[in-house]
Amino acid sequence: MSSGLDRRWIYLAMMLAVALPILWNGVTGKTFPESPTPPSQACFDAIEALPEGSRVLVSFDYDPASEGELAPMATSFMRHLMHRRLKPVMVSLWPLGPKKAEETITNVIKAEFPDRTSGKDFVNLGFQTGNEGVLKVIGTDFRKQFPVDRSGTPVDRLPIMEGIAKVGDFPLVITISAGYPGGKEWVQYVSSSNPGLVLLAGVTGVQASQVYSYYPGQLRGMLAAIKGAAEYEALVSAAIDGAGVTPPRYAEARRRMAPQLFGHLLLIGLIVLGNAMFFAQKRCKAVAR
Amino acid sequence: MSRSIALLICLVGGLTMLVSPFLPMATGWANDVTDWFNILAAMAFVLGGGSLLKVQLMRLSARGPGWGYSAVTLVAFIVTLWVGLGKVGVVADPSAPAVAWSGKADDEGSAFWWIYLYVMTPITSTLFAVLAFYVASAAFRAFRAKNLEATLLLATAFVILLGRTFAGVVLTGWLPDWASGLRLENLAVTIMDVFNTAGNRAIIIGIALGVASTGIRLMLGLDRSYLGGDA
Repeated sequence: MSSGLDRRWIYLAMMLAVALPILWNGVTGKTFPESPTPPSQACFDAIEALPEGSRVLVSFDYDPASEGELAPMATSFMRHLMHRRLKPVMVSLWPLGPKKAEETITNVIKAEFPDRTSGKDFVNLGFQTGNEGVLKVIGTDFRKQFPVDRSGTPVDRLPIMEGIAKVGDFPLVITISAGYPGGKEWVQYVSSSNPGLVLLAGVTGVQASQVYSYYPGQLRGMLAAIKGAAEYEALVSAAIDGAGVTPPRYAEARRRMAPQLFGHLLLIGLIVLGNAMFFAQKRCKAVAR
Repeated sequence: MSRSIALLICLVGGLTMLVSPFLPMATGWANDVTDWFNILAAMAFVLGGGSLLKVQLMRLSARGPGWGYSAVTLVAFIVTLWVGLGKVGVVADPSAPAVAWSGKADDEGSAFWWIYLYVMTPITSTLFAVLAFYVASAAFRAFRAKNLEATLLLATAFVILLGRTFAGVVLTGWLPDWASGLRLENLAVTIMDVFNTAGNRAIIIGIALGVASTGIRLMLGLDRSYLGGDA
């Protein structure tokens, strides 16, 4: 039924729907304007509310498969934190997460804030296996799970970690997550047992509907998929760059909104077409009888 | 006997984790139990590697359909393991420049880093991106307004698909402020905020109750399926 359209035409249409807006963006440099929804605005406000020098725990719980959606969030979060002179402490519950953290450090901190030093202004503590077990332990003893940073320096020797004994000592925790373990586990094992702690999450579209259930209680703010990333990116750019030009590496999420728009329009068109063919066939069969 | 020991470990471990939030003195015990779990998980990695080797070698020797994929899997597994454990091409750490292996296995410039950047990253990104094509094809073939429920689902999908893009602003941005709740971007938020949240919270609470009851059954030894066999 409705199989009259060769699927290769659908694939070709999808390729064009995504590729042409990317090319258009590459030529013109233009992006769609974004107005923030409350969950994205809440992320921005939570970071703005922190006093300068506060330590922020950032968990990179994703791998290259979800990079398209989540890397722009990580970039914007890091840029915002560094611009506000906050100190990110990076960890990961995913094996490939530390690489993503390193890439964010290279693209944001080393590129725009070269005066900040590792161990004092930011640190990458790497990956720890154990999923929610890790979260349960850092609730009482952070150093037990993360005793050294990525370069092997004991956490006790890092100025940025002074006075941090447990996860509740961080005023703000951000998780950028693609699945399990991720946003849901941070809510269940960290946010719920530390009522004073503010938790923000950047999640993929697939995860968004599930994690949304915790907003705005246990989860103060959230960036849902590339749309949330684009909204937050626009807020950060407006705060930092003002009316000036935003470097292209800080407009990645907004750049992806045009392909998303045309991809969605194609999907709607295909659904409408499929239904039209379905009902037409049904009618033909009824007439034939 | 071995089953009884396994059941006892399960009971002690489970009870320790259960009481730790309520007894401050048990907090350290719970952390120790988590350490045991991590050690077991690390051993499971080794077992998993062994199992993968065994299964793929069996497929390869049987020369059944798709044996070529087994060969690719085996080569990829062995090369990655060798490159990672052997620290092939690792740049020496500045603190010990004379020691070739002092750098980390995944530092920039190493063979492991090369595999991550030029094999792992493009493959996983491509596999995820390919979903867009399958979703489009599936939407065309399977998404039918056959009854009221399916029609509601379809309408909701349209609102979310349009509301999460600039199309929502273009199509309904003209609506006056008093009707702003009907703008597609706001409708999408309402759907997520009200209907989605209500349904998901019900599911989450149901799952939590199920997890609690399963946990009690495991600790009491009523559910022994994790021991394998007919236990």
